[in-house]
Amino acid sequence: MSKYVGKRIKRTEDPRLIKGLAHYVDDIRLPDTLHVAFVRSIYAHARIANIDVTEAVKAPGVVAVYTGKDIAEKVGPVPCAAALPDLKVPDYRVLATGKALFVGHPIAAVVATDRYLARDAVDLIAVDYEDLPVVVDVEAAAKGGPVIHEKFGNNIAYTLTSGEGDIDAAMNAADHIIKQRMVHQRLAPIAIEGRGVLARYFPGEEELTLWSSTQIPHLMRTQVALMIGLPENKLRVITPEVGGGFGSKLNVYAEEALLGWISIQLGKPVKWIETRRENLQATIHGRAQVGTVEVGCKNDGTITGLRYNVFADLGAYHQLLTPAIPTLTGLMLSGAYRIPAIQMNVTGVFTNKMSTDAYRGAGRPEATYVVERAMDIVAAELKIDPVEVRRKNFPGKSEFPFHTATGLDYDSGDYEAALDKALDLSGYAKLREEQTKARAAGKLIGIGMSSYVEICALGPSQAMPAGGWESATVRIEPTGKVTVMTGASPHGQGQETSFAQIAADELGVDLNDVTVIHGDTAIVQYGIGTFGSRATAVGGTAVLIAIQKLKEKAAKIAAHMLQSDASSLLFEGGRYSLPAAAAASATGTSDPVVPVGEAPAGALPEPQTEGRSSLTIQEIALAAHIAKELPPDTEPGLSATYFFEPKNFTFPFGTHICVVEIDKETGETKFLRYVAVDDCGKVINPLLVDGQLHGGIVQSIGQALYEEVVYDEQGQLVTGELMDYAIPRASQLPWFELDRTETPSPVNPLGVKGVGEAGTVGATPAIVNAIVDALSPYGVKHLDMPARPEAVWKLIK
Amino acid sequence: MKQAISINVNGVDHHDEVEPRLLLVHFLRDLLGLTGTHVGCETSICGACTVLLDGLAVKSCTMFAVQANGSNITTIEGLAANGKLHPMQEGFWEKHGLQCGYCTPGMIIAASQLIDRNPDPSRAEIRHGLEGNLCRCTGYQHIVEAVEYAAKKAKA
Repeated sequence: MSKYVGKRIKRTEDPRLIKGLAHYVDDIRLPDTLHVAFVRSIYAHARIANIDVTEAVKAPGVVAVYTGKDIAEKVGPVPCAAALPDLKVPDYRVLATGKALFVGHPIAAVVATDRYLARDAVDLIAVDYEDLPVVVDVEAAAKGGPVIHEKFGNNIAYTLTSGEGDIDAAMNAADHIIKQRMVHQRLAPIAIEGRGVLARYFPGEEELTLWSSTQIPHLMRTQVALMIGLPENKLRVITPEVGGGFGSKLNVYAEEALLGWISIQLGKPVKWIETRRENLQATIHGRAQVGTVEVGCKNDGTITGLRYNVFADLGAYHQLLTPAIPTLTGLMLSGAYRIPAIQMNVTGVFTNKMSTDAYRGAGRPEATYVVERAMDIVAAELKIDPVEVRRKNFPGKSEFPFHTATGLDYDSGDYEAALDKALDLSGYAKLREEQTKARAAGKLIGIGMSSYVEICALGPSQAMPAGGWESATVRIEPTGKVTVMTGASPHGQGQETSFAQIAADELGVDLNDVTVIHGDTAIVQYGIGTFGSRATAVGGTAVLIAIQKLKEKAAKIAAHMLQSDASSLLFEGGRYSLPAAAAASATGTSDPVVPVGEAPAGALPEPQTEGRSSLTIQEIALAAHIAKELPPDTEPGLSATYFFEPKNFTFPFGTHICVVEIDKETGETKFLRYVAVDDCGKVINPLLVDGQLHGGIVQSIGQALYEEVVYDEQGQLVTGELMDYAIPRASQLPWFELDRTETPSPVNPLGVKGVGEAGTVGATPAIVNAIVDALSPYGVKHLDMPARPEAVWKLIK
Repeated sequence: MKQAISINVNGVDHHDEVEPRLLLVHFLRDLLGLTGTHVGCETSICGACTVLLDGLAVKSCTMFAVQANGSNITTIEGLAANGKLHPMQEGFWEKHGLQCGYCTPGMIIAASQLIDRNPDPSRAEIRHGLEGNLCRCTGYQHIVEAVEYAAKKAKA
């Protein structure tokens, strides 16, 4: 039955991308477009005494200059959708008023006829700063020091305790308690396309169109409409091609609302394209947790309890989900294990830095790192093989749904199968033998592993700030072409292809007859968007069920036309057949309803039903639109919409094993092997799944070895360009050996779990575990990321 | 202030008067409307803006349009000949060498020069040859396979 699902289908979105003919925001050209450039704070914490724009407004090409004072009452604050008990939410204005709180904080906006002239005028604006004491370190900010938001009295945004089970009893029952401080350094998502906004107001229609490089067109539309006081149905948001997101575009930013507002003021299109420097200063960062984990275990390696006390560095303000990210860490602290008692105590702290928020994995990589590093530390303490400690604590595959002490019910899993496959594929036993020999020869070889579980397909609406469902409309046009409109908002994941695979199989039509439309709020029904590895599991399911609804109607029409009843018709290969005909005829793909070039001018051909024993669904679509031969009381047209609400999250899992060699002279880490066995449930397109895994693992390698957003003591951003913020290059990476196990999810009828974040969740601890293993002859038990050559070299010396 | 320049882009001669500070990438994108060449970092690190200038891969974000006066430039839009994809474009499609597609034009241009110089590159040579181009989506493995595919195809 499945002609496309499960196959390595190459992407339908690629031709425009490889020819350079796709349209990202900056590629959209409108006549008379004005360009916006920002004055941004050069101080991390300063009072803004005065802003002198006199010279700037006189500069060539300048049309307008706006400061915080000009717009304070006119544009509402940047929204935070996270709701936590007693959460302190600062008033986050789109341009700073009074104080600047981080380097890059927007202070004034210049509008000019040309982007060069706008940038020139930025330099003519004189800002009088009175610099204030800065607080950069998260632990220092929590303890006291300069207060960032005076009205709160301190820098603590919230404290939260989560988890189930008696943690004190669990620790008392342990034979050993291991304790380790761990730093999850601040990272920058670095989509290669930065953010960008084009706003065009139509004064006559009183309508605003915003093109923005975002992952959440509908949510952004709602929020921006509220911020600028425009009726939501007068705002259209279009996400053209989006050049990567990784969570950084799962947000509503000051610039999006401000550009819309400026376009309304000036009655002209206005455009802002983020520079890379702005991207590093003022697009959300990720991770940034400093915590201490305590794990209680028995002599045989059985884990009795886990406690994690952590400070989360939130930055100066809350972006959309900032305070909620550490709560995802709390949810995933059981990892792939049976841990009877778990407790997380998190303190969310304001610092003079850009906000942290959802960067690929968003809280879960931190949890996985804590748990998987802890498992290795336990193994080292007890002198047990890390494999055996993990195996000992896995829930068995018959124990699912498996309830964790973090309050989750894991949907399905077979952790031991993935582990065993990874051990086989890597030749683990032999690797250990080779390691022993290499050590004897003076080489530093390390083997590291990670058995992860992640939480995906976000998620049930009960657990989400603003809806966890996803929507789809499927329509068969009169000519038989299929249009799928999804509320998901793919930006590289390839869902124009994978959703078309689902639709083509379910409708029995050719893949090329299906077009998937997304990212235009004027065309597509409300949707939630693409993040949290949710698009296929939730949005793909919505497509599937919408089609099933559509087919119920199509079957009724077919029955009427074939003078039969719907229940006795057979549907196969896109064709409804009378039972006798189905047995006799060969099935196959349907012919086009209206062959190209043969359509009669001005009229559609009428379906020919006389003497027919079967009809294609595409012919039925034509009949449904012509509407002359429909069953009584049947609505014309052939389309269906479905909003799918999942009952639970999904929980993909897997085991990654890597082998590294460390150069004693330089401290450099080199990969010798990287093996990953992942289980993301049913796979729609293995080619795309491999791509997601590769990309995710490489972002993990970036965190483990190279990347860190560094602010100095004055809050100056040291890593302000890609010259200083080091993302991985092709030459630094190993060849990934991938394999899979397939445990379908019972949460959705597709059985898919999600894969977008697996690599960033699973890989980081495997790499650090390998490095620590390599350095174990020197007594090294832990090191913080990134494991730069200098840091590793110092440990060796 | 403005200077006259003549540049042949994708086989078409263009004569223009431009500010001396106009970057080549903005000349291509804003004046000629060839928006397939992207800007990713403005500092020559990411390579999204890579074009061929007299056959050499250069980063058009850190070169002035006036410096390209008199030269022949090939952008991603000019790579396919007579409507037929360049083997490198085909390779990227076949091997899933792109996800969001933003780095792709620069990556394809750089990779096409790579196989022009070295028709039979090893995987290590491919990785080394693409050090000047950053991709945040793919993890590069499918890109390496795409280049291998194209090298094979170009020789056939």
